[in-house]
Amino acid sequence: MPDAVSVRSLTRTFGDFVAVDRVSFDVAEGEIFGFLGPNGAGKTTTIKMLTGLLRPTDGQAIVAGHDVAREVAVVKRNLGYMSQQFSLYADLTVEENIRLFGGLYGVTGARLTARRDWILEMAGLSHHRTRVTGELSLGWKQRLALGCAVLHEPPILFLDEPTSGVDPVSRRNFWDLIYEFAEAGTTVFVSTHYMEEAEYCHRLALMNRARLIALDRPDRLREAVQEPLLELRTDNRARAVEALREHPVVLEAAMFGQAVHLLVRDRDRAMDEVPRVLRSAGLACEALEMIPPSLEDVFVALVRREGGAPVG
Amino acid sequence: MAQPTVVLSDLSRRFRDVEAVDRLTFTVGGGELFGIVGPDGAGKTTTLRMLAGVLRPTGGDARVGGVSITRDPEGVKRHIAYMSQRFGLYTDLTVRENIDFYADLFRVPADQRARRLERLYRFSGLGPFERRLAGQLSGGMKQKLGLCCALVHEPEIMLLDEPTFGVDPISRRDLWLIVHEMVAAGITVLVATAYLDEAERCDRVAMLHAGRLLALDTPEGFRQRLTGRIQTVRTSAPRQTRDLVAAHPAVRHAVLFGDMLHAILDDPARDWPDVTSRIASAGITILEEAAGEPSLEDVFIQLVTSAPAHA
Repeated sequence: MPDAVSVRSLTRTFGDFVAVDRVSFDVAEGEIFGFLGPNGAGKTTTIKMLTGLLRPTDGQAIVAGHDVAREVAVVKRNLGYMSQQFSLYADLTVEENIRLFGGLYGVTGARLTARRDWILEMAGLSHHRTRVTGELSLGWKQRLALGCAVLHEPPILFLDEPTSGVDPVSRRNFWDLIYEFAEAGTTVFVSTHYMEEAEYCHRLALMNRARLIALDRPDRLREAVQEPLLELRTDNRARAVEALREHPVVLEAAMFGQAVHLLVRDRDRAMDEVPRVLRSAGLACEALEMIPPSLEDVFVALVRREGGAPVG
Repeated sequence: MAQPTVVLSDLSRRFRDVEAVDRLTFTVGGGELFGIVGPDGAGKTTTLRMLAGVLRPTGGDARVGGVSITRDPEGVKRHIAYMSQRFGLYTDLTVRENIDFYADLFRVPADQRARRLERLYRFSGLGPFERRLAGQLSGGMKQKLGLCCALVHEPEIMLLDEPTFGVDPISRRDLWLIVHEMVAAGITVLVATAYLDEAERCDRVAMLHAGRLLALDTPEGFRQRLTGRIQTVRTSAPRQTRDLVAAHPAVRHAVLFGDMLHAILDDPARDWPDVTSRIASAGITILEEAAGEPSLEDVFIQLVTSAPAHA
């Protein structure tokens, strides 16, 4: 099967600043590909190059068989793009927004009618076609934006933090749709800050400081973290983090739900010393055990190993 | 629970014919970290805006730091810090200038400023960046600066509306650490979020739905409210498995978390073997299965999907 996206040594500089540094990866057809990284890691710049909005300084990117630097117009016709802001016109009705996107993508006549009906059905908006878009709930707006992004049936769909601020039930419904697209052969490229969303992806690419630092399936990325992760139950999480974060055996200390997660250099030493540090700080060590890392722990551990997140 | 600092009594807000917030009644104790969760349009932001004294209720009242929001909305503002999703930072001012601006606005006495600034820098790690323009900060640093500005008058109560919107996991951890340090310093925090993993951090959580209070409990208490037990399974075909499992008469609910299926059954010991044999006979390979602990998300989905529908 040909790759939907093929990136080789892709680079972008702004003056002296290297925003994207020799990044290479391939995305298979029908794959849901997650794109992660701290703020300022170079994700947005990469996506802008892949969608033809920004010219690469060096290297090459082939999207749906076309070079993004040389065939910008063709590339744009072959992709759908949905941003966090949804790019819908709030003062137009649902149907007017769909027609507007039809015009933008050159979809007209019987095909537009068919696509319109499909979007209304898919988004659950058949009975609300004359409602003003600005009055819809966020979940509905999101499904309408998704429908408009795929109105021209592009082989590749780019989603930029698609479910930011959306509640869990709507998020789940949204991902059900994304899976249907992928099963029908659409390649989905998702950038996100939320690890719950990353769990839905077939593979994850992690960027930090302009470089690609990891690329694998979520379960394999979990195995890539070699440092032991301990879960601590204590009576004061904030003070426990403060007491432990500077300790030489602790690489990372963070609150996680009602517990504290500790990434440590050495399991036995940590099991020994953590209770002692807590005791001398007047804190209780109610439970301390080794657990498999969550994707958030993986993200933080890998970024940490590669020099930490960009500051500022 | 310590002295209540936020008391809602039948608090309501109507927008034309929509009850955005419908007779909310609950009490938040002093020094509590209190979460407000719910689907979009549940009334989270409207509630916080009323408590902040920037939106008038159409019914009921609330006392915030002892002050009535209907009788003295301006008086409320002395007691609170309110950080909306898009906090008003001046992008062409530096970090320090933004904090100074809010210190002027809140009339922070000159002799207290140095001490407060030092404290805010210590919490936020913003000290090394004090000369940087706010517009040039990363998303996570901007949120931290927003928190510093909102906290410069040392309020007793902090109202946060989705504080980690658009913030990466590392900055999220830092932001939550600041929030927990505030709580440890005695500040009461009300935080609205669409993310259940964030709600798990709170002492108590109010779940809103269609403007009403659906349930209020500790995260542990919510877990115990789940009707049925969780069984998890990961297979070679997650979505096909979900459809198959959801159709089984003994299964109340089946939802995917990534490729891990959570099924809720009343009696897994009795019924789960039959469910797995159906999965296997469909030619699907079971990769792992276990009894699971319910997450807040499992409970939320069960509560919301069994609540009356709304537009």
